Amino acid sequence: MRADGTISIWFFIGVSLLVNGVLIFGAGLYQISHPPAIKVVLYDLHASVWWGAVLAIVGAIYCICYNPARA
Amino acid sequence: MMNLCMAMVTGDRLVRLAPVDLVIVVFYFVLVLAIGFYLKGRSNTGEDFFLAGREMTAWIAGLSFLSANLGALELMGWAAASYQYGILAAHWYWIGAIPAMLFLGLVMMPFYYISKTHSVPGYLKLRFGESSRALSAICFGFMTVLMSGINMYAMALVMKVVLGWDINFSIWVSSLTVAVYVTLGGLRSAIFNEVLQFILIWAGALVIPVMGLIEAGGWKALQLKVAANASVEYTHLWSTLGSFKDNPMGIHWTGIVFGLGFVISFAYWTTDFLVVQRVLAAKDLRAAKMAPIIGAAFKMFVPFIVILPGLLGLAVLPMKLTGEAVAVATGGHSYNEVLPLMLARYCGPGLLGLGITALIAGFMSGMAGNVSAFSTVWTYDIYKALIKKTATDAHYVLMGRWSTILGVLISIGTAYLVMSFLSIMDYVQALFSFFVAPLFGTVILGMLWKRATAAGGFWGLLAGTVSSVGMWAWVKIDPTALRYVALSSDAKDMAENMYRGLWSWIICVVVTVAVSMVTKPKPESELVGLVYGATVIPTEAQVPLYHKPAFWAVIVAIVFIALNVMFW
Repeated sequence: MRADGTISIWFFIGVSLLVNGVLIFGAGLYQISHPPAIKVVLYDLHASVWWGAVLAIVGAIYCICYNPARA
Repeated sequence: MMNLCMAMVTGDRLVRLAPVDLVIVVFYFVLVLAIGFYLKGRSNTGEDFFLAGREMTAWIAGLSFLSANLGALELMGWAAASYQYGILAAHWYWIGAIPAMLFLGLVMMPFYYISKTHSVPGYLKLRFGESSRALSAICFGFMTVLMSGINMYAMALVMKVVLGWDINFSIWVSSLTVAVYVTLGGLRSAIFNEVLQFILIWAGALVIPVMGLIEAGGWKALQLKVAANASVEYTHLWSTLGSFKDNPMGIHWTGIVFGLGFVISFAYWTTDFLVVQRVLAAKDLRAAKMAPIIGAAFKMFVPFIVILPGLLGLAVLPMKLTGEAVAVATGGHSYNEVLPLMLARYCGPGLLGLGITALIAGFMSGMAGNVSAFSTVWTYDIYKALIKKTATDAHYVLMGRWSTILGVLISIGTAYLVMSFLSIMDYVQALFSFFVAPLFGTVILGMLWKRATAAGGFWGLLAGTVSSVGMWAWVKIDPTALRYVALSSDAKDMAENMYRGLWSWIICVVVTVAVSMVTKPKPESELVGLVYGATVIPTEAQVPLYHKPAFWAVIVAIVFIALNVMFW
């Protein structure tokens, strides 16, 4: 929460990155357990897993740092 | 391993979204609307609604400043241009942006900010009088909603080609979402969402160059592949610009340096209210000066997610992309599809949804920029100045909300008009460029030359605009005139735009100076806060070095020079 009582834009960004990161990470894990018939190029690098994890971690950090409850 | 981008070209769409992709897209819409509703209660005064309360930090104003320009068409269009013209397209991100953004921050921002103007036409009113303001406000308002509509149509077309979505659905859902959050929260809501959209654009697009470089085997291997598939000139920024015939764009270095790097770029980044409005919302003068410098720092790296994917397309895509007409005739893919093709190549479920969200976010940030700027110029520089001069602040805020809705509706109407008359698109792009270059001449003389008079400003602006239209019409009627306007009959469209901008700027400056010399200037007491030499700029002597905007501008300039040398 900012000094004037409003929620910081960085908190909204944190929520967005966290939710998207978790969804992408989950989709990447699902693809590992259920490999698709048609694979993307460089499928073996599992970009969804590592990129989803990066987004989720960054998003979580922003959510914590700019949490409106931490006035 | 199978090439997904070939396999995904099924029926009438390029890619097919999985349920998780749709969840990501829907979540994005919910979040931007939530931000609009949350900020509704904080946009009750004119200062709040039109200038976000002038309380944005340098970071937020800087990212918003950049995001308003980083539309989806910008992303897809420049990726396509880099496939077509090679790394030369990066000039529009480097010399075509960085010097102008630094100049805005260090030289021009103090005058915009200290004068407390609500808009660029508002500055013209203070400096040159009502006639200059009326001319610029009407041109800007008209062009802004037209451009917004054209972008809307183009984006809906992209969604149809890429996802198979109905054009009407794309137009109405995305534009009404923008209308809701800008109408509710004004500029503050637009800025907040632009910062969110900026982060999402990077999050969604960054995977492509990273994966592409891995597949290509690094930059050196990429250069070799591009040389084999296209030409060695495609990966050189400056070394091929000695002659019009030596590079894919048909442009000479003078066109890039003087036309793009000086006139077009300075005109757009320092006088187009669409982007300047974001910086005017900064909380103090230092934040206002830092915002364009922060924007410039990020702008330098945008080619990584825009230009590089185009070059990677040249290197790794198995099919040859062509112009739109050939693609339609042969059933192949056009240059404009290079970014979605690369997205489909590397991104599976989830990542694909984020990539599509990045494109939608880019579109919406561009549109929100257009409608919020239109709303301000309409309310302050047309409605308040010419129609209803005395009314309460609440009345003008209400007018701002209604004009936001009106701007969106006109944009939608333009989108449908373009659908029926596709050639309008070419004309309006050109029309927009007619006005911006001379406007820069008027504003820069107004800020830096005390002798410039009201009559000089107005007639210079008018002469520059009319001459730009005249040169464009001349080449349309007689294509051989290109050798005079663009200095070479080999010049392509982009080169013509550069030189036309340069000539119209020169004409504006010459006429402004000539008329000013024979008309009476304002007394210096009336130029305080508006002109260099008559304005006391707050000193930064006591500020630590690392807090000074000039220090960071030098850092950005050094990196800018290094990038140009590296890719020479």
